[in-house]
Amino acid sequence: MATVTLNIDGQKVAVELGTTILEAAQLAGINIPTLCYLKDLNVVGACRVCLVEVKGARNLQASCVTPAGEGMEVTTNSPAVRNARRAVLELILSDHPYECLTCIRSTNCELQALAEAFGIRRVRYEGERLQKPLDQSSPSIVRNAEKCVLCRRCAAVCEKVQNVQAIAPQNRGFGTVIAPAFEAGLAAADCVLCGQCTLVCPTGALHEKDDIQKVWDLLSDPAKHVVVQTAPATRVSVGEGMGMPPGSIVTGRLVAALRRLGFDRVFDTDFTADLTIMEEGYELIDRIKTGGVLPMITSCSPGWIKYIEHFYPEFLAHLSTCKSPQQMFGALAKTYYAEKAGIDPADIYVVSIMPCTAKKFEAGRAEMGSSGYPDVDVVLTTRELCRMFKEAGLDFAELPEEEYDAPMGITTGAGLIFGATGGVMEAALRTAYEVITGEPLASLDLEAVRGMEGIKEATVQVGDLPVKVAVAHTLGNARKVMELIRSGQAGYHFVEIMCCPGGCIGGGGQPIPTDLEIRQQRIKAIYTGDAAMTLRKSHENPAVQALYAEFLGHPLGEKSHHLLHTHYVERRRNRDL
Amino acid sequence: MQLQRAHVLVCHGTNCALHAPQALVDAFRRALRETRLEPEVRVVETGCFGLCEQGPTVVVYPEGTLYCRVSPADVGEIVSEHLLKGRPVGRLLYRDPAAVKTVQTFPEARYFQKQVRVVLRNCGVIDPSSIEEYIARGGYLSLGKVLTTMEPAGVVQAVTDSGLRGRGGAGFPTGLKWRFAARAAGEPKYVVCNADEGEPGTFKDRLILEGDPHAILEAMAICGYATGAHRGFIYIRGEYRLSITMLENAIKSAKELGLLGKNILGTGFDFDVEVRLGSGAYVCGEETALFESLEGGRGEPRVKPPYPTDRGLWGRPTVINNVETLASIPHIIEKGPAWFRSLGTPGTPGTKVFTLCGNIVNTGLIEVPMGITLREVIYEIGGGIPGGRRFKLAQTGGTSGGCVTEELLDLPMDYDTMAKAGTALGSGALLIIDDSHCIVDVARSFAKFFMHESCGKCAPCREGTRRLYHIIDGIAGGRGSPRDLELLELLSRTLYMTPLCPLGQTAPLPIMTTLRYFRPEYEAHFGSGVCPAGVCAEPGGSTKEARAW
Amino acid sequence: MGNEEKQCVCAIIARYRDVPGPLLPILQGIQEEHGHLSEAAMHQVAASLGRPPGEVYSVATFYTLFSTRPRGKYVIRVCENAPCHIKGAPAVIAELEKALDIKAGETTPDGKFSLEFTSCVGICGVAPAIMVNQDVHGNLTPSSIAQVLGQYR
Repeated sequence: MATVTLNIDGQKVAVELGTTILEAAQLAGINIPTLCYLKDLNVVGACRVCLVEVKGARNLQASCVTPAGEGMEVTTNSPAVRNARRAVLELILSDHPYECLTCIRSTNCELQALAEAFGIRRVRYEGERLQKPLDQSSPSIVRNAEKCVLCRRCAAVCEKVQNVQAIAPQNRGFGTVIAPAFEAGLAAADCVLCGQCTLVCPTGALHEKDDIQKVWDLLSDPAKHVVVQTAPATRVSVGEGMGMPPGSIVTGRLVAALRRLGFDRVFDTDFTADLTIMEEGYELIDRIKTGGVLPMITSCSPGWIKYIEHFYPEFLAHLSTCKSPQQMFGALAKTYYAEKAGIDPADIYVVSIMPCTAKKFEAGRAEMGSSGYPDVDVVLTTRELCRMFKEAGLDFAELPEEEYDAPMGITTGAGLIFGATGGVMEAALRTAYEVITGEPLASLDLEAVRGMEGIKEATVQVGDLPVKVAVAHTLGNARKVMELIRSGQAGYHFVEIMCCPGGCIGGGGQPIPTDLEIRQQRIKAIYTGDAAMTLRKSHENPAVQALYAEFLGHPLGEKSHHLLHTHYVERRRNRDL
Repeated sequence: MQLQRAHVLVCHGTNCALHAPQALVDAFRRALRETRLEPEVRVVETGCFGLCEQGPTVVVYPEGTLYCRVSPADVGEIVSEHLLKGRPVGRLLYRDPAAVKTVQTFPEARYFQKQVRVVLRNCGVIDPSSIEEYIARGGYLSLGKVLTTMEPAGVVQAVTDSGLRGRGGAGFPTGLKWRFAARAAGEPKYVVCNADEGEPGTFKDRLILEGDPHAILEAMAICGYATGAHRGFIYIRGEYRLSITMLENAIKSAKELGLLGKNILGTGFDFDVEVRLGSGAYVCGEETALFESLEGGRGEPRVKPPYPTDRGLWGRPTVINNVETLASIPHIIEKGPAWFRSLGTPGTPGTKVFTLCGNIVNTGLIEVPMGITLREVIYEIGGGIPGGRRFKLAQTGGTSGGCVTEELLDLPMDYDTMAKAGTALGSGALLIIDDSHCIVDVARSFAKFFMHESCGKCAPCREGTRRLYHIIDGIAGGRGSPRDLELLELLSRTLYMTPLCPLGQTAPLPIMTTLRYFRPEYEAHFGSGVCPAGVCAEPGGSTKEARAW
Repeated sequence: MGNEEKQCVCAIIARYRDVPGPLLPILQGIQEEHGHLSEAAMHQVAASLGRPPGEVYSVATFYTLFSTRPRGKYVIRVCENAPCHIKGAPAVIAELEKALDIKAGETTPDGKFSLEFTSCVGICGVAPAIMVNQDVHGNLTPSSIAQVLGQYR
């Protein structure tokens, strides 16, 4: 690869041809401030915060988009540069509500941090600001166009990572907004509510819908029996929200903290993840044996479900009919657990702690109440939970490690790895192999389906049958897999699709920031946790075995069918005209 | 074909078209029929003649007699007196503002005396809907010459040697642009004609296209041959209906004669041209925004580099030239680079088409050698300031250009000299403003334009143009203070240095120059002050400008 | 969207769908035919081109010649840029607003006239100028407005 040598602030830096000034400066230990820039995804030079001086150029250059050139002389910290960056920031702030104190992103806002770093103490520009109504139409995401700085990261993620394009720039000039078609609410758009936009939004323009008060209200009512479930991915991310380094495994502290908030029982979604493996595994075996629709595709990820309902409705029969672990949990909490604990299901309330904004939507789906009660009453994202912990004054890092409650808190490593891309597939294969062949797998670690590769394929010999599987994360990759299936070339038996990059550990409800490196650390933590578990196969979960013995009968049985399985609806991408 | 003893040229340019010239043409034809002169006199609908203020204009050849503000009611007299009896109709003759007597023929008019018509040589002379008339004036000769006697590299060399620089405003050497595209890797390549003329005060491209559309097609084909492109697009403002019609008609007749399409002139060279319309966005005049629009998207400028000659339309090597630039090409090929260099200045050879508007006697279209002074243009060609008012300032290069005052009127006009003076030659628009106008009110009009046309992609332009307007509107409304001028200067510097594309970068030019030359007039508006020109509203009161947009 | 309009939109899409970069020509065709771009029409364009509706709306709202709302039979475009401004455009616009009893950006109750600002349309040689649909009117004064409007009333 050809290299170029340039001079940045007096340092000679040799970089590969095509490297931007921003990247070259980073190599030289100089962090140029950015706002719209998002590595590999949004490199548009729109915010003009990363300006630098390039000798010979008439005006200042945006370092994020300017390629390093041979012999270039760059100054990143001169009076002209500082003044220009300050001036640009002051202009951006002049069209931004001064609501820092009451903003959901206060103290975790990139614009606020820049204003602080540049010592902006006043905004001298007066006059009009963009005025737009708050979009609270969706159950998951709130869109506040007035706080938008038009960096377009959200639109870039929605298009390039998720291939959904639910939001795009509308109008022109000062009136530009990032919005769905016709400036409708997100609820009316083809938005899958994955919340990836909320992870990349530098300000409070896109954020999760806050349901904390609903939970406080439940907890403060002594007549209500409030149980909580924690998704696999949350125990490796809550720590970040509480000031710990990425990848911290905080399972025991999370349980302790939830008890201190006042939940009556602290259960685990990992339990129903194990159950999902039983139901889904038997469903797969059944489909293979009876010539059912193949490949079967996982149905745990509500963003993915909404996506296929919008964009590939003709393939709905490929989806496993299994509800997601969150919904299975809710259905059982209000039946099995209610019976077992002798509590009127009408008094039981289920709160979920999820890494996901789409789970809020899933919990509200009309199909999710076959017990006669809503499976799940309130869904909180990891971010919301962290705010509750802070509000309650919990010294998270100092909490003792506690155990989940029985029976719905007894879990295996297989349930835990649901949190990472490839995890459902690996858990399913661990069980299917043993159930079908009667022999244990040689190694429980199926490396072929792990990691951040967008689409992973593997063939596992199960008895006489070579089972061909695929794993995809992000909807952009899901689309590629679906097109492959459509072409008839795939030959897959089983496909795992997770909506978010890295799987649920990279979900739209996770702490901010969530970037590639942090995702990888969370994945590492998930597999570390799995390896440390005594039980690592779902069918070995004694609580799941007891559930079948005491209540469900057998996988795919009638009760399962009624409580744990569901159906899907076609959502037309373009409204019928 | 019968020889005709006289030709009546009726201007059909857009500016004259608003006086319904078709009625004039019909009246002439009827009168000629009635007087049985029909076989001897031909009526021609031509493109713009230049003297828009005097429209509709009619020229009668062979004498070249110039009649102004002709109405259908005058036609009978012109036919019976001039065409039948050979006596010009005195009352309709062009009256030179500086001269005592009327002008008989148009070469006598001072308006035309300093003009050198290269780009406009066919405008107002031929019927633009007739390819035969274009060919009769030497049209498509250059294309033939290029295709049959020159190598592509030789064509690029000729354009390079001519010293031609882009007439869209930036003044980039055209030959260099062609060379980059010719050398760039990637197929297919494209030639794009930028006819998205949107600079306020500029209407040259419109009138060139209306008056001489084949020149553009010929030039694009030459460019295609020189650079290895086989497909061209003309991106033109959707509002330019007559130009669009003329172009589409010209493409059709050129294809019929084998001058466009497959195997042009039997040489094996293929070149096709399509017309694409803009939909109302000034920023699309910026070349990369134009590509975005042509590709079907929002016309938001791209980051440069890569430059269009490497990655332009659909990511392919693309030459994009302005209409006027292209219109010079056939003449350069025909007469040679040395001839072109003999016109204009060493740094900017050739001629420049200017559009005169504002407070000037002869508004319209002129073509003069580069290096002419503004004073010559205003007072000799333009006929000076009407109504006994005094010259106050001129804005050169359109709204994105700067302003000059009386002291700068003797500067030679070319790209480099104008830039050095803090303004721009730009698109060639010359807006003359007399002393009845308030500088703050005028500056507000400039600011309003940029506020409306900012695409919104980059932060400083999106927010800054709005703040620019707000501050100036405040001053005009008597709500200003010295602090506002400081802020205006900071904002101007910010806009000059930081935006993504030239729209934002040039927005402060007219503001900075008015502030430089007319600061006391701004200051007079402060506090309980008044508008010296008496244009702005009472201090503290809301102005008319506070609404809309 | 009525069946007839739907058919017409289909025909416009069919005419341009195979040209490179078809979106603008299609929207221009619909705008010209129907006077505005309805939500239904934009949905139809999106579906036909296999593009998200947000992208179609995004493009439609970028350009001033497109309107996403119905407009008057005659769209009067007034220029207020410097060349027209100094030749008296503000007074002309004020007279237009008075004569039509609407503000810029509005449509008369009878649906006949819409008044809109436009950027310079290159008829500065006869400033102040306006366009009424495709017709150009120049060298205007407040007193000539009645006569201009009279041609369309």
